[in-house]
Amino acid sequence: MITLTHYLVLSGIIFTIGVIGVMVRRSALVIFMCIELMLNSVNLTFIAFSRYLNSLDGQVFVFFVLSVAAAEVVVGLAIIILIFRNKATVNVDEINLMKW
Amino acid sequence: MFEYIWLIPFLPIIGTVINGLLGKKLGDRVVGFVGCTVVGISFLISASLFAQLLSLPSESRFFSKVIYTWIGSGDFKADIGFQLDPLSSLMILVVTGVGFLIHVYSVGYMHKDPGYYRYFAYLNLFTFSMLILVLANNFLLMFVGWEGVGLCSYLLIGYWFEKKSAADAGKKAFVVNRIGDFGFILGIMLIFTTFKTLNFSEVFPKAVDAFSKGDPTITLIAIFLFIGAMGKSAQIPLYVWLPDAMEGPTPVSALIHAATMVTAGVYMVSRCNALYTLAPDSMTLVAIVGAATAIFAASIGLVQNDIKKVLAYSTVSQLGYMFLACGVGAFGAGIFHLMTHAFFKALLFMGAGSVIHAMGGEQDIWKMGALRKHMPVTFLTFLAGTIAITGFPGFAGFFSKDEILWEAFSGAYGSPALWLVGIIAATFTSFYMFRMFFLTFCGEFRGTDEKLHHLHESPGVMTVPLIILAILSAVGGYVGVPHILGGSNVIGSFLAPVFGKGLEGKVEAHGGGESLELILMGVSVVIAVVGLLVAYYLYLANRELPHKLEKKFKGIYKVLLNKYYVDEIYDACIVNPIKNGSIFLWEKFDDRFIDGLVNGVASFFDEGSAVLRRMQTGAIQSYMLSIVIGAVVILGYYLLK
Amino acid sequence: MLETVLFYFFAGAAIISALMLVMRKNPVTCAVSLIITFISFAGLYILLNAHFIAAIQILVYAGAIMVLFLFVIMLLDLKREEDFLSRLKAQKFFGIALAVILLAEVFAAISSINGMFLTRGIYSAENIAEAGGNTKVIGRLLFTDYLLPFEVTSILLIVAIIGAVFLGKKEN
Repeated sequence: MITLTHYLVLSGIIFTIGVIGVMVRRSALVIFMCIELMLNSVNLTFIAFSRYLNSLDGQVFVFFVLSVAAAEVVVGLAIIILIFRNKATVNVDEINLMKW
Repeated sequence: MFEYIWLIPFLPIIGTVINGLLGKKLGDRVVGFVGCTVVGISFLISASLFAQLLSLPSESRFFSKVIYTWIGSGDFKADIGFQLDPLSSLMILVVTGVGFLIHVYSVGYMHKDPGYYRYFAYLNLFTFSMLILVLANNFLLMFVGWEGVGLCSYLLIGYWFEKKSAADAGKKAFVVNRIGDFGFILGIMLIFTTFKTLNFSEVFPKAVDAFSKGDPTITLIAIFLFIGAMGKSAQIPLYVWLPDAMEGPTPVSALIHAATMVTAGVYMVSRCNALYTLAPDSMTLVAIVGAATAIFAASIGLVQNDIKKVLAYSTVSQLGYMFLACGVGAFGAGIFHLMTHAFFKALLFMGAGSVIHAMGGEQDIWKMGALRKHMPVTFLTFLAGTIAITGFPGFAGFFSKDEILWEAFSGAYGSPALWLVGIIAATFTSFYMFRMFFLTFCGEFRGTDEKLHHLHESPGVMTVPLIILAILSAVGGYVGVPHILGGSNVIGSFLAPVFGKGLEGKVEAHGGGESLELILMGVSVVIAVVGLLVAYYLYLANRELPHKLEKKFKGIYKVLLNKYYVDEIYDACIVNPIKNGSIFLWEKFDDRFIDGLVNGVASFFDEGSAVLRRMQTGAIQSYMLSIVIGAVVILGYYLLK
Repeated sequence: MLETVLFYFFAGAAIISALMLVMRKNPVTCAVSLIITFISFAGLYILLNAHFIAAIQILVYAGAIMVLFLFVIMLLDLKREEDFLSRLKAQKFFGIALAVILLAEVFAAISSINGMFLTRGIYSAENIAEAGGNTKVIGRLLFTDYLLPFEVTSILLIVAIIGAVFLGKKEN
């Protein structure tokens, strides 16, 4: 029998993998993908709860998260392209613009 | 008709708005027209309200109207409300009537002044404030007017602000008035905590009902209010600003510093007569301060050489008379003198203005002389004013001043000593007024030839107000002819509802009664003539004598000429210590300590953040690390809790 | 029984592909492994009776978004990244350690929530089936209770489009 706990544990593992990815990878693109991974793991918890609480609010919420993710990806990728145009790299440790 | 009472102060403020905002574009003619018209209409309304008030039976001559509830907060309520009773109706007549004449006169006097519209805006604003002051039905609104006239006084004294002495005089007036106003504020607060209201119509009956004679609270209130009056009405020790105020344009001196504003203190004390009657000690104080001021200022006036300074000290002295009247319980006499004084002092100032105008700005009476031939109208009207102020029988000053002296002698709180001081001051008055008059208008001209050719009579717009005021100075006294001379003291009985009965005319108490009054009257006539003769002897008949006397009494002369060194004493005792203390606080406390604190805090964060900003490496991954640390800590906290 | 098997299958696929995403050097490989993760997630959503979300997960995420990623990867001439483990500096090591602690804490939190949720909603599997299926019910919810957020989402998307156009166009 698969319980809520199974889904939550899975979600936690995926989330942690995403966190590690953000911290260790250098390519802005891959970091971005890892963020998408984290978003998805959270979506999974929403839907799991939605299932076990007999409520559809979680699924509606995931729908909105999806829309936001779509918007975010569009803008984020545009920014990455711009950075690449200016700096000829997308490695975050070579960009460090957000500095004093 | 009484409903339109709000128009009286409202019209002048319209004039201020028009002249102040548009005056530059409108041109001088329109500005002058607007400035005079609003006050003129105001005067007509005042006159019609006065007439209507007269048509009522004397006990119902009271009207009060609340225009707007200004402040309503819990127990506290302050209205913008106007009150019309014999006292305030008389005041508005004086303010708008004399004010109108002075406005008209200003059209000629201020001709071609670059700040013409500014001048009229201020003058209208002053009229507005003064009307608010006298029409207010509560202390707070009265205080608004009180401050308003103070402000206008400051603005108009410093009207020629590019002149340092004028700017300084304005500042001095403002600061000295502030001291008095502080007393007034304390008085108002004390009234509120005592009575829980500020309305005249509630405070005075409550005071009479709830407090016995000599109650310390009432005495304290009365003294605080009197401190306010001292500042505004230039009494010892706060009189010092008024002589300096002569730096302003002469019509301003006539309107503000002779006829209306400086009498606000007298008006206020009279308005609060119920409180003062309950506090005999404060009455004594008022009387003593008044009498002292009367003689002190008159003695300074004896030797002054500036035509306006003489009049200024004369004004201080006459104000002293009014307070003397209030102090002995003769409020009606005080207000009567206020009115006649407004006529003749405005006349004298405007006459002096006319002289100064003709002399091209010269104010030293030793450089004038023989102006009679060149300025007949000014001469005649000035003569009328001089005779009125010195108290020659039949002229305005005679009746009012005499009533004050008689009350000082015989009134409920009077004493022969006060009378004596008053009569000596009257002698001085007669002397210095005629001294100035002779030196200015008689003898031969002592100025330069150039000035002599320049001499001319002032234009009609200036002389007509002079003539009107001269007539008023001559006949204005007949509203208060005492019973002893077959009159009925119309003004006294008119004002009686406001001042209550039982204070004035306690002749029987002293015995002697009528014959005594006649004797005293005779004395004051004699001393007026004595003053005239001495002045004639010294300054026309025997012109070497004054200089000899000067040498002989060098010490006294110098003290008087330097106004008893009061300004110097104030500078040494009050102004300079405060100044030095302020400089100390500024340089040591403010610059070093306060600034040091503030700068210290700033540089602490400046240097601290210089260190901390190193954390902003720009490496996103270390930021992410911080976020994870934060998440771990927060989650750990909730798990362990 | 089938549910258990499918769950472990999809879960395993998701974890393995997520690890590949983090550890592979080639961005294209990363993208493809992310697509696999998304598809596995879609499978899990179906197991959880969230059919609508599963469908748009495939359409939007695995389809649209990942295609965009691949486009960008190909558009940019990316140098190869060094090996994941070869540049394992102290900071990275510290980061991974922290992430593991975070995971442990998450597990601890999960283990403490059992039986905490007593109130249950009306949307049980039977009710949903009766009302016409998951998609229909969500559609109705979106256009009734969540109408305003739904409409606001459209504004968000427009803004995103405008932003992308603005950022992407050449300056001249």
